[in-house]
Amino acid sequence: MTEKHDIVIVGGGPAGLAAAVAAYDAGVTDVVIIDREEAPGGVLRQCIHNGFGLHKLGRELTGPEYAAVYAAEAVKRGIRILRETMVTAVSPDREVTACSREGILKIEAGAVILAMGCRERSRGALNIGGTRPAGIFSAGTAQRLINCEGYMVGKKAVILGSGDIGLIMARRLTLEGAKVEAVCELMSYSGGLTRNIVQCLEDFDIPLYLSTTVKEIHGRDRLTGVTVVAVDESRRPVPGTERYIECDTLLLSCGLIPENELSLAAGIPLDTITGGALVDERRETEIPGIFACGNVLQVHDLVDYVSDEAELAGRSAAAFVRGEISQEKTVTVSAEKGIRYCLPQRVHTDAGKTELYMRVAAPAERVKIVARDGERVLLEANRRRVAPGEMEKITLTPEMISGAEEIRVSLEAWK
Amino acid sequence: MVYDVAIIGAGIIGAMTARELSRYRLKVCLLERTNDVAAGASRANSGIVHGGYDPEPGTLKAEMNILGVEKLFRAAEELHVPCIRNGSMICAFGAAEEPAVHALYERGLVNGVKDLRILTGDEARELEPELSGEVSLVLHVPTAGIVCPYKLTIAAAGNAIDNGIDFYRNFAVCGAEKTDEAFCLRAESGETVEARYVVNCAGAYSDRVAALFGDGDFSIIPRAGEYLLLDKAEGGRVAHTIFQVPSAAGKGILVSPTVDGNLLTGPTAAAVESPENTEITPEGVETVKALSARSVPGVQFARVITSFSGVRASEKGGDFIIRTSERVPGLVHAAAIDSPGLTSCVAIAERVTELLSGAGLVLEPKAHWDGTRPDTEAFRHMNDEEKDAFIRENPDYGRIVCRCEGISEGEIRDAVRRAPGARDVDSVKRRTRAGMGRCQGGFCMPHVMRIIAEELGIPEEQVTKKGPGSHILTGRL
Ligand SMILES: Cc1cc2nc3c(=O)[nH]c(=O)nc-3n(C[C@H](O)[C@H](O)[C@H](O)COP(=O)(O)OP(=O)(O)OC[C@H]3O[C@@H](n4cnc5c(N)ncnc54)[C@H](O)[C@@H]3O)c2cc1C
Repeated sequence: MTEKHDIVIVGGGPAGLAAAVAAYDAGVTDVVIIDREEAPGGVLRQCIHNGFGLHKLGRELTGPEYAAVYAAEAVKRGIRILRETMVTAVSPDREVTACSREGILKIEAGAVILAMGCRERSRGALNIGGTRPAGIFSAGTAQRLINCEGYMVGKKAVILGSGDIGLIMARRLTLEGAKVEAVCELMSYSGGLTRNIVQCLEDFDIPLYLSTTVKEIHGRDRLTGVTVVAVDESRRPVPGTERYIECDTLLLSCGLIPENELSLAAGIPLDTITGGALVDERRETEIPGIFACGNVLQVHDLVDYVSDEAELAGRSAAAFVRGEISQEKTVTVSAEKGIRYCLPQRVHTDAGKTELYMRVAAPAERVKIVARDGERVLLEANRRRVAPGEMEKITLTPEMISGAEEIRVSLEAWK
Repeated sequence: MVYDVAIIGAGIIGAMTARELSRYRLKVCLLERTNDVAAGASRANSGIVHGGYDPEPGTLKAEMNILGVEKLFRAAEELHVPCIRNGSMICAFGAAEEPAVHALYERGLVNGVKDLRILTGDEARELEPELSGEVSLVLHVPTAGIVCPYKLTIAAAGNAIDNGIDFYRNFAVCGAEKTDEAFCLRAESGETVEARYVVNCAGAYSDRVAALFGDGDFSIIPRAGEYLLLDKAEGGRVAHTIFQVPSAAGKGILVSPTVDGNLLTGPTAAAVESPENTEITPEGVETVKALSARSVPGVQFARVITSFSGVRASEKGGDFIIRTSERVPGLVHAAAIDSPGLTSCVAIAERVTELLSGAGLVLEPKAHWDGTRPDTEAFRHMNDEEKDAFIRENPDYGRIVCRCEGISEGEIRDAVRRAPGARDVDSVKRRTRAGMGRCQGGFCMPHVMRIIAEELGIPEEQVTKKGPGSHILTGRL
């Protein structure tokens, strides 16, 4: 079966929903969202803690509540949401193939917005030594089992990784009666938001061991314990610091990776650092008419920023469908000294006010973010402290961009 | 009931032997200590159909290997298990190692391997551009291939079951008594079965099983081999299976595509205390990385998706033990089957059958024996139109459960229903690949657990990762 639609959105999480609403409000009403789960909302459906929406909606909601706000907006506009439908391919000329209990569906799309979100790094990829018993979960899987399915995953847990999901799961397990023996973090700082360290660990007396990793897994059928070890500056285990912790559960929260299998298969070039597509200021990938937003593009700290980015992509896709395409050249935006990545990776010289999002490479204090065109300084922004766990943003004006040849962003000492 | 034959161990040797015996009008049972077939070496090995240049001429290994290659390709075809003749290359790095290539070539000729060729490094790189520039001489073995060892074991056991043999899981034989007419085999659970003949296919435990019968004249020295499996994005790095000639730097570390399109690197070789010892060690991982990079420098180890370890059942004498027990009439050993045991499995199964016949078992062919098994991957290989039509008839195939590998609910239900049915999450994974992709089950595991629970009619809390004791959930909220 083949259909035709103006905009097809792959993924009905917060990014897909916000993009759909924004595209609709920009005047393109033939919008279809496709999601593989039984209901829209994406990963928010399992995030039953609060802390969502403060920036965007001015109130603090739980994940499902935040998703419901956007889903209701989509429904109000009559936007079609295909559920339990998995997109299996997107072609460079924007043919979308999807699979559901009804069969295989093909859609010729005027524009495509990729909003597939991200997944957690798996244990195999981490190469921890030892056995392979039951009781090892990625933090997100455990979250889903507990919050959506109503099952408990263990009694005594160790968590590897202090990203936000790991921190939130430490609290969640504790509230459900499990004992969290330790949260271990390979780096010398936590990758999570400060507020989560306070509210999820400190308030519950859960120890956080920095520069520490899990070296070995023990137990044949079900996990019986883990050996943790301190690591030096180059993240090598320090001999003699091994310590055995008895536990039946190990949660891994070792980072998120944008889920870009579809993008790769479509031939969309990715940024090796973000793991997401290379995009311009409108969130268009290097393949015309295919846009990307949300965690499939870059892993965000807060869903509020996902919604912002998705609205931008939604408006841009609508403009593309209407044939409003910039004819100007683009200049590259590159991350230099002290900055891990910067997004978008290119801007059109006729771009309006443009926000550059970035993550620093390491925690630092009293620094400034400097944007240059060649050697010429465009903008300097002072920061009292920065950390890789908190995304930074600077805003370029049209005047700064219009004459630029190449934009370079770096982190420098604050004098 | 007294069985004619009880086979102890459902690895590839036990499973193929069961399939071979299922041709005849016999009552046969296959006894396995774990929750699934392919629990031992047959789950975690290189999956190489060896050409036969390696075993010393005159050994059982040489004989079974040469006989086994073509028989294996044929059986795999009948069972619809993918088996690809991709060819092997055995590489020498510099003049000092080159004599070893010539020696293997000569040995291969004596063993009867066909189409062997010696290539210069440059000729080899024409065929295999990612091969290291240091490679100076190569033995090319076009008859060698690759197969998925556990899929072959599952299919062989399934075909045997379809042809009437009985499969007992969680039946760890821990006692054997000879009664007047038969052996009484006792499991750790207390369950017993009786059989007139017994075949010992217990892999790394085969010495222990022999000892249960009072036949203790061989002993297994378990040796572990660790592997790293890489994402499909690396699967095209090489087309052939790339070996190194045995040298001080490394023995047997290979880089190979798998039939599923991943890249496999390994194995190490380290003596371990027990066959249970399938642990991953940091040293092992480093060795695999360093030595495989020596053959194929471009391998991107950032794309490792999982690591695993398998235990070889090696015997002091270095050869397979395939013989009728001298001390215990009615007992046949197919023991100490380390490499190239997978390659040899059909040849070994046929030899075991001959030995049983020699010991007095009457082999009367069944009128209706079917050696084929339906293709369990048929759905995956359909094009979009075929899939569309199929899903309209069978909607469960339209609900994709495993995102990374694109596995549907229908395929997972099949894995539980089709003999030998999956009873746990890992068994589903081996049958369908659900959970074997990039996310390693992060997304699909809850779905797979639900489907298993539904199919077996048990609460989800009782679904295990790999059999008794490996429960995944600890209760309801
Ligand atoms: C690292 C490695 C790499 C290899 N690479 C290759 C290769 O590339 N090519 C090749 O041809 N061969 C290879 N081999 C060899 C091949 O894997 C083996 O020869 C083959 O798998 C042996 O099968 P098996 O059935 O004898 O043993 P196993 O697969 O170990 O099966 C034995 C079974 O017996 C069961 N069992 C044990 N004790 C009892 C009991 N008391 N009661 C009931 N059940 C019991 C076990 O649970 C197990 O399921 C490799 C082996 C290893 C370990």
